[in-house]
Amino acid sequence: MKEHLIFVGKHAVRMLLLLFCVSAVAFTLVSISPIDPLQANVGQAALGSMSQEQIAKLQAYWGVGEPPVERFFAWAGDFFRGDMGVSLLYRQPVAKVIGVKLHNSLWLMAIAWTLSGLAGFLLGVLAGLREGSILDKIIKGYSLLIASTPAFWLALVLLMIFAVWLKVLPIGLSVPIGVEAAGVTILDRIRHAILPAVTLSITGIANITLHTREKMIEIMESDYVLFARARGESTWNIVKNHALRNVLLPAVTLQFASISEIFGGSVLIEQVFSYPGLGQAAVTAGLGSDVPLLLGITVISAAFVFGGNLIANLLYGVIDPRIRRGGARA
Amino acid sequence: MKEKKVILDIRDFSVSFEQYEKGFSKTGLPVIRNLDVTVHEGEMVAVVGSSGSGKSLLAHGILGILPYNATMGGELMFDGEPLTRKRQKALRGNEIVLVPQSVAFLDPLMKIGPQIRKGKKDRASREKLNRIFRGYHLKEEVQNLYPFELSGGMNRRVLVSTALMGNPKLVIADEPTPGLHMDMVRRVMSHFRELADQGAGVLLITHDLEQALEVADRVVVFYAGTTVEDAAASDFGSEETLRHPYSRALWRALPQNGFQFIQGVQPYVKDLPSGCPFGPRCEFCTESCKAAVPYRQVRGGRVRCVMAGREKGAEEMLQSAKEPSARLAAAGKHHTGAAERRCAPEPLVAGHEADHDKKMRSAV
Amino acid sequence: MRRWNGRMTAVVLFAAAVIFLAAVTAAGFGFSEEALVTDFSRKNLEPGGAYLFGTDWLGRDMFVRTLTGLSMSIRIGLLSAGVSSVLAMLLGTMAAVMGKTVDSVITWVIDLIMGIPHILLLILISYACGKGFKGVVIGVALTHWTSLARLIRGEVLQLKEALYIRMAQKLGMSRWKIVWKHMLPHLFPQFLVGLILTFPHAILHEASITFLGFGLPPEQPAIGIILSESMQYLAMGRWWLALFPGLLLVLTVILFDVAGESLQKLLDPGSAHK
Repeated sequence: MKEHLIFVGKHAVRMLLLLFCVSAVAFTLVSISPIDPLQANVGQAALGSMSQEQIAKLQAYWGVGEPPVERFFAWAGDFFRGDMGVSLLYRQPVAKVIGVKLHNSLWLMAIAWTLSGLAGFLLGVLAGLREGSILDKIIKGYSLLIASTPAFWLALVLLMIFAVWLKVLPIGLSVPIGVEAAGVTILDRIRHAILPAVTLSITGIANITLHTREKMIEIMESDYVLFARARGESTWNIVKNHALRNVLLPAVTLQFASISEIFGGSVLIEQVFSYPGLGQAAVTAGLGSDVPLLLGITVISAAFVFGGNLIANLLYGVIDPRIRRGGARA
Repeated sequence: MKEKKVILDIRDFSVSFEQYEKGFSKTGLPVIRNLDVTVHEGEMVAVVGSSGSGKSLLAHGILGILPYNATMGGELMFDGEPLTRKRQKALRGNEIVLVPQSVAFLDPLMKIGPQIRKGKKDRASREKLNRIFRGYHLKEEVQNLYPFELSGGMNRRVLVSTALMGNPKLVIADEPTPGLHMDMVRRVMSHFRELADQGAGVLLITHDLEQALEVADRVVVFYAGTTVEDAAASDFGSEETLRHPYSRALWRALPQNGFQFIQGVQPYVKDLPSGCPFGPRCEFCTESCKAAVPYRQVRGGRVRCVMAGREKGAEEMLQSAKEPSARLAAAGKHHTGAAERRCAPEPLVAGHEADHDKKMRSAV
Repeated sequence: MRRWNGRMTAVVLFAAAVIFLAAVTAAGFGFSEEALVTDFSRKNLEPGGAYLFGTDWLGRDMFVRTLTGLSMSIRIGLLSAGVSSVLAMLLGTMAAVMGKTVDSVITWVIDLIMGIPHILLLILISYACGKGFKGVVIGVALTHWTSLARLIRGEVLQLKEALYIRMAQKLGMSRWKIVWKHMLPHLFPQFLVGLILTFPHAILHEASITFLGFGLPPEQPAIGIILSESMQYLAMGRWWLALFPGLLLVLTVILFDVAGESLQKLLDPGSAHK
């Protein structure tokens, strides 16, 4: 039990350290930018008409005069206490903006993550099992094609087909335009989320399929599968008893590692569908020099990615007997 | 000795792989050819050849589990009937069983018990496994362990146990004792001897002649993908009773016989000489060795050498064997001229003796 | 005897991919002026004989614009993938050769980069560079070296155990001399394949980041810009503005993939049996 706690603790500490480094890197990057947030947000004209005092006050607010290291620690300290600053574009606390946007995106990403994970696993297992067959070639070809297709273009094409041409699904946004918030039904929300979710799933499948396929092929060529065949086990038996068991471990890691990709994909896809989620907010923040929001989104999404990795590591410890039982011994 | 029933009869067996030559042309790579082995009921036959000479492919061929880019040829008879693909499928794991080299051949994520039972949970197979484990002094708890948790001593007994889940008439043991301590080797070998004594045919595939001689009834000597001699284990008591120059070389390499090794290495499949594969390293090589060499009956065994059994050749061989120092000189004296020159300078490329099955498999 | 086989296919595919990509790159150079020409007499034409990919709302020839944009993408891809692969080679080797501390620092950096979703990191780097061409190249170069570096690291670690390397060490050869004389030649094929396989990712990410508005400036006929502009006209049914440039981009990416995989097949001795 003690070993397990140490195992969990080690990984959790590592994750927190990484997260700290991510925020430091992100902060450095926005700090060295030649883009002046003051000018970008307040505007050259407004600055000109302000009094020296007002400008000084604003500069103090932006921390223009302070050394960057101090600014970072001030920001990080506030962030740690839950104060992520105020978004310049939305004129609201960053935490609140992220909360709303994340709520919209989480839907999308959760659906895409689950769908692409399941479908990718299934296709990968099938293709790897019948390596070289027509089925394998189709699945592999499809995956390579999708992997070579930019997510935003796929979104555009689907939009053209289903929204413009067939007119069965709405063009964008998470709710109908011009309808009061109270009037938006769940059905509306679902209708507006279908295309983004489907696009995100389709792009996610490719990678998982290809990796699962590779693993599956490796397993089918392993000594233990050879021996199982020598013992007269049927293909189905081998799949059931050995292949699935062994391919599940890397698949779990892969599935949790794909969180990063889903996040990245959602940035592009939300942009195309004007879906008001975290991804679109990141783009808006970047284009509008909304530094606090951009930093907030970076740290939050990194937290998701590292959190995913942490869960994968922990699950590995639970599933893999070599770690679960061997950990105590080693 | 009364005639026992032949369980396995392999004639002119061959395995070749498709491979690219330089550039673009595809060719067959004959890793095994002219392989002949018979195993009787209750008999333990050892196929002895150096590591990486493709012996494992024999086992895989019998079981029908060669990789897809391998082609098999020759005649395989099991229990009096041709061993077709269909029969292989039906019999493997039951009447024909394989005992692998190590626990690496067990699924690392499946517990021992269910794995040996092939996932079956019924009472009969549970009881059968319990019985087998008791026979090998394995505790029932071992069934709940994963392969990585087995101790070295348990390993072997567990692997042998897998064979007994069926009703084996033929047990194929592929290098069952790699890198083991001699005591352990004896113990493992005794398990196989037991199986043979209970009536099964045992085909032991090994690189270790010493080990083989300790338990086997007959030894088949395997060189560069070909069986060169089939001898009773007792024939290895002295050099004179052996038939093939390579077998004699093996005999001389045994510790008790002076650890003398011959020069050179086994040729890589692509660089095989025509006729006898041992020709380039053989001190008695003549022009007639360059043609196809038949497998002949000589003194109750079989041999693939034109010299063996012939009065003159045999005499020469014996003579030179008695005076090791004179051996080279003798070779030079008796086989002067063209034959000698044509045989000797065959390129013996060192380091070519890569592990074939591994390479082939990894390529698939 | 000489039956058609996998290896010949690999050579043909490799050659075809390289020729096509070279042609697109060259064509882009030639058309760079023409891509900006506006002509209101030929606005919004559907694809046809005269204008293969149609024209846009300013009467610009979409075929010419697409080729120019692709050419630009390929050049940016080459540049950033090149920098990225050299970085990977350097850091991968350093991690494997220079001891535990350096190794853990580099591994840490890799984990760090993997931790931020690529697109987000690209946005940050682009922002740090004040957007524009420089931001894209630096961003793509800095985000794409990680997996190749891991591969190289593993390879070097394996090579270190090889007998001849150990002999060289025993003979007192210096660490970097061993790397230079005995390891690099072995790593070169890996490096080359890694380089080519980094292109498609580099191009995709360049297009994506430009599409979002962080990459090249809007007056450039980059693929990302073309597709981003096309969005406004989708609802009007001008499908050709998005379809053809995107298709050609996909084709380019696939061809780089094909070229890389074919080369890998040809260089890998293990594939001799396929």
